[in-house]
Amino acid sequence: MTDAAVLPEAQQSNAATAQPEAMAWDNKARRMVTIYLPLACFLLILLFPFYWMTVTAFKPNAELFDYKTYNPFWIGSPTLDHIKHLLFNTAYPHWLVTTMTVAVCATFLSLFASTLAAYAIQRLRFKGSQYVGLAIYLAYLVPPSILFIPLATMVFRLGLFDSPLALILTYPTFLVPFCTWLLIGYFKSIPYELEECALIDGATRLQILRQITLPLAVPGLISAGIFSFTLSWNEFIYALAFIQSSENKTVPVAILTELVSGDVYQWGALMAGSLLGSLPVAIFYSFFVDYYVSSLTGAVKE
Amino acid sequence: MSATTASAWTKPQQQANWLVRLFDWKPFLAFACLLPAAGLLLVFLTYPLGLGIWLAFTDTTIGRSGYWVGIENFQYLLEDPLWWNAVFYSVFYTGIATIGKFALGLWLALLLNNHLPFKSLLRAIILLPWIVPTVLSAIAFWWIYDPQFSIISFLLVDKLGILDNYIDFLGSAWPARFSLIAANIWRGIPFVAISLLAGLQTISPSLYEAALLDGSTGWQRFRYITFPMLMPILAIVMTFSIIFTFTDFQLVYAITRGGPVNSTHLLATLAFQRGIPGGQLGEGAAIAVSMIPFLVFATLFSYFGLARRKWQQGEGND
Repeated sequence: MTDAAVLPEAQQSNAATAQPEAMAWDNKARRMVTIYLPLACFLLILLFPFYWMTVTAFKPNAELFDYKTYNPFWIGSPTLDHIKHLLFNTAYPHWLVTTMTVAVCATFLSLFASTLAAYAIQRLRFKGSQYVGLAIYLAYLVPPSILFIPLATMVFRLGLFDSPLALILTYPTFLVPFCTWLLIGYFKSIPYELEECALIDGATRLQILRQITLPLAVPGLISAGIFSFTLSWNEFIYALAFIQSSENKTVPVAILTELVSGDVYQWGALMAGSLLGSLPVAIFYSFFVDYYVSSLTGAVKE
Repeated sequence: MSATTASAWTKPQQQANWLVRLFDWKPFLAFACLLPAAGLLLVFLTYPLGLGIWLAFTDTTIGRSGYWVGIENFQYLLEDPLWWNAVFYSVFYTGIATIGKFALGLWLALLLNNHLPFKSLLRAIILLPWIVPTVLSAIAFWWIYDPQFSIISFLLVDKLGILDNYIDFLGSAWPARFSLIAANIWRGIPFVAISLLAGLQTISPSLYEAALLDGSTGWQRFRYITFPMLMPILAIVMTFSIIFTFTDFQLVYAITRGGPVNSTHLLATLAFQRGIPGGQLGEGAAIAVSMIPFLVFATLFSYFGLARRKWQQGEGND
């Protein structure tokens, strides 16, 4: 880091005295070495596991375990065997449906709760609303690894053990604080004067929320929704602790507990499962990248 | 006749008015709006937190509600080498992974802050490791770390000839520990880089121009402008990163499940192993509760240690 920052400076002062063409070339080469090369390395390392996952998922078993005769980085004769096995010999479609249902329900539940909460904290400004905001912020700092044991006993006593409903009800514990926090920031950016105008025109508070604030907050709602969806799709520890029967498992848990059996791992099927499990989030994400990035950075900046 | 119609006409209106007025009454509306969120959080977050602390002082097992045993669980843990091992590895894992993530993440953020073509596409690609379910990318790492068919070993031994033997990534304690840390760093870089990039973009270019006019060097500009201006965001991102690395569960559970010979147990995986498959809920809860002091300490340290300057930069606290 220090070198990267110091070197260009030293070179720049040299370049300033040199010929213009030399300076241009020097600049280009320097940019190449100090920016593009490290960036390419980062990209290579960050993307390699996904590439490897994809390549493995489409390789026949013969190529999978023989690096000497086949080039390991390319697929000699692509096959859909692993994916076929996954879709027709395992409960994979079922796991996908369960995960999707849980993620969508948990997202809507948390969006509903956190929109109202954020509106109350940011716009109604009752006495002590700052402290409620602070409490919600603190709630986000409580990690699931501390909560899963007592939650497991609760879920058991409520008779929700092994039911997706248990997940739908517990996921909001980490979704609601995050979404509320995000939406408070978003509501803050909507001019308060708009609501004042509506108040003068005789609108009730609920009308203002429904007809003025919410339509303006749609981008914020989308960001919060995307974030909640991804977070619930990725959730692991609750799903591992509360679900036992094979057909109610979510994709991450099921791949790890149902596909890994015995001493011989079916790497092809495992990788195909991981790939298929990542695709919905990745596609969903690619449609809303900008919302995603803005919510991530917005939440941090708050 | 006109009187009856009038009364029939006004009555429902009045009732609606009453409801509308109730919802327009600020204290009630605030209460009603907060109810769903507060209800969910109190029932599924605050209550379990208290319940967890209570469970830690009982000998509850699965299927039997326990009795109060005082600090027996904690006394037992203090004599348990496995718990000490997990404490050591949790601290080690968090420390090394945080340093790695922030060093590389900051570097990546500084690289991305340059004028680049396809900037938004790059940003989107870089975030991928962070949005893909951790368990699924962990499985990919598991395959990359395979003792026989590891692609890294293949490259280093057969292609480049740097090493003589295949690396046994997950077979013995220290390589397994470092392999997990590498996977964690890989997963954490995007989040750190993108958040810090957002921080970098808020720094006004006029500060750099002023510094350039004063004849500053690149390092001086980084040290006296970039770094201090980045401090508030760095403090928050670091607090989060430390908390979620220390309580990490998925990565370790997916790749090693605490093995080989329990050398890579984090406190969270140890709590899970004792609590859910082992059935010792009380003991598991005690292990989970033993994370709390570390978390509080780490939060206070990174927040107050790093965020001192936050108040000077306007906007107030949030």
